[in-house]
Amino acid sequence: MRFTRRTGKRVNTTMMTGFSPSPLFERVERARRRKHKFKDTQITLAHGSGGRAMHELIEGLFLEYLRNPLLEKLEDQAVFDIGRSAETIVRSNGHSQTRMAFTTDSYVVDPIFFPGGDIGKLAVNGTVNDLAMSGARPLYLSAGFILEEGFPIEDLKRILESMRDAAGEAGVAVVTGDTKVVQKGSADRVFINTSGIGVIETPVQLSAARAEVGDKVILSGTIGDHGTTIMIARGELELETDIESDTAPLNSLVREMVEEAGSALAFEAIHCLRDPTRGGAATTLNELATSSEVYIEIDEDLIPVREEAKGACEILGLDPLYVANEGKLIAIVAPEIAERLVKRMKQNRYGQDACIIGEVKAEPRGIVAMRTGFGGTRIVDMLVGEQLPRIC
Amino acid sequence: MKFIDEYRQSDLALRLAEQIERLTDRPLKLMEVCGGHTHTIFKYGIEDLLPRNIEMIHGPGCPVCVIPLGRVDDAISIAQQPDVIFTTFGDAMRVPGSQTSLLDAKASGADVRMVYSPLDALKIARKNPEKQVVFLGLGFETTAPSSAMTILQAAKDKVENFTVFCNHITIIPALKAMLDSPDLKLDGFVGPGHVSTVIGTRCYEFVPRDYGKPLVVTGFEPLDVLQSVFMIVKQIVEGRAEIENQYARVVTREGNRLALEALFEVFEPRDYFEWRGLGSIAHSGMRLRSKYASFDAELKFSVPGLRIADPKACQCGEILKGVKKPWECKVFGTACTPETPIGSCMVSSEGACAAYYNFGRLSKIAERAASS
Repeated sequence: MRFTRRTGKRVNTTMMTGFSPSPLFERVERARRRKHKFKDTQITLAHGSGGRAMHELIEGLFLEYLRNPLLEKLEDQAVFDIGRSAETIVRSNGHSQTRMAFTTDSYVVDPIFFPGGDIGKLAVNGTVNDLAMSGARPLYLSAGFILEEGFPIEDLKRILESMRDAAGEAGVAVVTGDTKVVQKGSADRVFINTSGIGVIETPVQLSAARAEVGDKVILSGTIGDHGTTIMIARGELELETDIESDTAPLNSLVREMVEEAGSALAFEAIHCLRDPTRGGAATTLNELATSSEVYIEIDEDLIPVREEAKGACEILGLDPLYVANEGKLIAIVAPEIAERLVKRMKQNRYGQDACIIGEVKAEPRGIVAMRTGFGGTRIVDMLVGEQLPRIC
Repeated sequence: MKFIDEYRQSDLALRLAEQIERLTDRPLKLMEVCGGHTHTIFKYGIEDLLPRNIEMIHGPGCPVCVIPLGRVDDAISIAQQPDVIFTTFGDAMRVPGSQTSLLDAKASGADVRMVYSPLDALKIARKNPEKQVVFLGLGFETTAPSSAMTILQAAKDKVENFTVFCNHITIIPALKAMLDSPDLKLDGFVGPGHVSTVIGTRCYEFVPRDYGKPLVVTGFEPLDVLQSVFMIVKQIVEGRAEIENQYARVVTREGNRLALEALFEVFEPRDYFEWRGLGSIAHSGMRLRSKYASFDAELKFSVPGLRIADPKACQCGEILKGVKKPWECKVFGTACTPETPIGSCMVSSEGACAAYYNFGRLSKIAERAASS
């Protein structure tokens, strides 16, 4: 924002002229887009943070060795057809294939019990949500446990109890599993891996690459709750708050959104769905902006953050935009249905604070920026390095 | 958030910016000494609000940025010794030494842990009596009192496996060095905030007296910084050069007596201390007094103690002095990024390069400068 010299009147140049890339900006962008060769010689915690280092590891190493068309999409789940059946032809309006979604996730959160949940609840909800973000109805989960010698059975019971409850709420069943016990010191108490499979029963077309100019960005609720809860639950900071993890299954919310879109306009009107976990909303928005080659502009004043989370982040020097969530989603949708979707989302207990936080524009591609409450505009980049390790 | 939002109101900011613009159209160069201010200026886009004639020069007050390569190497060498738990504030983990960083050392097996306070390091020492726990003391008079208090506590409790690798520095000698530097032409200073809560405002009085420059001690919220710029410009327009205290809600003229006493009790000035980019500055570093020698990691562990020149491509030195802007460095944003920093200014969120990279790429100021 600037003032014209003569009148002293307020003029918002960013708005008036749109974005004009500077030579400085272009130089940085060129370097950013250059494909980085993966040169690291060992794994550091940064590779697990959900930020740029992890992306480089996945694209530069995992993808190089395991490349195939499904993996290459780098979505949070793989979606594939499993052939024809008479039933699906009738059910999905001429879509003759049955589409399935498949995903996996490992949980190493520390501490394993925290306000609002525990590692078991997280392991069920996290995988349910990864399935839900493809528009799938989650069906079955697997659960693999790596247990450290000496781990109390009482704690394991508590974890299993909350897995049972979470699976019940999400309407999924844990149908297969695996147990390994390792020597004391070879793992930290308990690690859980869950995989999940679900069926996509509507002709939704969800992909990180489908954001279009003019689309609206919807956030389903407050951000930063899970990450700050974990940070405080570690007890290193001696802070006391009432804040709780937001871990929750989002499949009912997604189902209602898809229904609403289908009846209002078209199933395809929801373009992207992601749950902003590690790396937070900022990292998810960056992934969407990069995959879709669009510019996403969000408005700081529109993003809901709980007062407690805001306060904790202020003290810890964290930015809620980069803090993990476990029960939130970001949707990028056609502008015509945005308001209707938000209205419908607000009726779901996990979408009560849903709101539109920004929109999709054309240039500069692959960038996320935020209009600050103070009147400026700043780039919201991907998380660099580790912000908080072992958050999920 | 109460007590925070009040300092971030955009309508007040616009009114302040208008008032600054009405004061003068003389070109003025103001330096914010503190990295915390640099961070605020970028995070809230304050340069975009300021009139064109006012240029902010980002000073050397980011403790992570001014730590020289050799000292980072020394820290890593201590961390790599057997039976050592090395503790540090988070932002020092990624500072590159001449070969690796503490983060790399940790991945290679060194026990490096992030703490929020030296007292946490002392707690770790108590829990692990068979290990040597070292705390990397880093920062100005802001963090030095907490190191001093921790050492006093350790001495009182006779904790024998706790030491501090002291890299604490003091702001006044650095400020003097900046003022004596011939290539710097500054019109005024946005003075340190947190440092001043400890040392007070009295010790800045030489700035207007000997150098004729105004200095306004400033808080860290965006409205604080804007108000301070207004106060400095007003002084200049009115032909005054004084110390003013914008941050009076926490800073007094005399400072914090208890903190100063703890500092004086535990630390003494080093003859010289090397600052990255600024070279050796007399009496600018602190070391432990001989009375507390048993808590001095430099005495307990043998460190290489080598003086290592900065990488050639890196211009952190010029940037720290405000002689060059980050984008004038050849590697800025290309070889040197927050993911792969070459210079320390790209590491800490208080560093000018990191601030420009993260927040300033859309800044109109940077655009104008880069295109001219």
